[in-house]
Amino acid sequence: MSATWLVVLFVGLFTVAFKAAGPVLLGGRELPRRMTEAFELLAPSLLAALVVTQAVGGTESIVFDKRLVGVGAAVVAIRLRAPLIAVMVVAALATALARLV
Amino acid sequence: MTSSHREGAKRVSPLAPASASFGVAYGVLAVTAGMGVVAPIVMSATTFAGAAQFAAASVLRDGGSVLAAVAAAVLLNARYLAISVSVAPAFRGSHLRRLLEGQLIVDESWAVAQIGGGRIDRRLLVGAGLLLFPCWVGGTALGVFGGDALGDPKRLGLDAAFPALFLALLVTLLVSRRVFLAALAGGLIALALLPVAPAGVPVIAASTVCLAGLRRR
Repeated sequence: MSATWLVVLFVGLFTVAFKAAGPVLLGGRELPRRMTEAFELLAPSLLAALVVTQAVGGTESIVFDKRLVGVGAAVVAIRLRAPLIAVMVVAALATALARLV
Repeated sequence: MTSSHREGAKRVSPLAPASASFGVAYGVLAVTAGMGVVAPIVMSATTFAGAAQFAAASVLRDGGSVLAAVAAAVLLNARYLAISVSVAPAFRGSHLRRLLEGQLIVDESWAVAQIGGGRIDRRLLVGAGLLLFPCWVGGTALGVFGGDALGDPKRLGLDAAFPALFLALLVTLLVSRRVFLAALAGGLIALALLPVAPAGVPVIAASTVCLAGLRRR
């Protein structure tokens, strides 16, 4: 088997297993209360980390580029209580415009 | 298809062109990395996780080993294990159905399905995933066959739409001091590790913040 197909196979197996683990093994059952309380903090911590890595992440580096213009515009849109879709569109437009100039 | 499914799809709809466009970019990269035309499409359909696929293709392009490519991608996707366990109570039905619906877990579908208190609405997640999946796989196919048909996604600012989505959803969760502190800690951990740790590690490390939630309040 070629290197490419080995990568496709193993990455696929791991990822399918990761994503299926919860729904298949524990699906429909309530998690223990302490775990539920811990997982209440998963979304905020993970979302904050995704914001950081998507906004300023480079290859093992912090990169400040035009993405930040879009994130800044998103902050303004969020403060103005713009709907979710508008926040994303505004961010993309602001970054695209910043890259034009 | 319920109204919740449609609502989930609607919430991620601006990301549909972004997902397709990054799919194209991945397809182009995969071809230049010598992956051929079939393998990248199969990978998009089975792995369905952008960052990990970009990482694996980059390692192969730069002449890295199979082990290095798999390790980079698995590290980037390890967060899905935590996410998948945390959303487990919301998944119902047969084993096959839970297996298939679970594959629609991606950062974006999970993020828009949040209903507070650490819970998600499965139908929002599935609806969002059902829209993004064909965009990602179709984009990949366009990329491997047609090259850069849609133009550079970065020129269109589409890379800024992702942090904007995560930020907008994060803000809706900040209802208590406890949650706010978890977000702050997660963001700071990711920022501190970005320059020193391999891709994927900053996000996994940030998610360990939730272990603090195990402490008695």
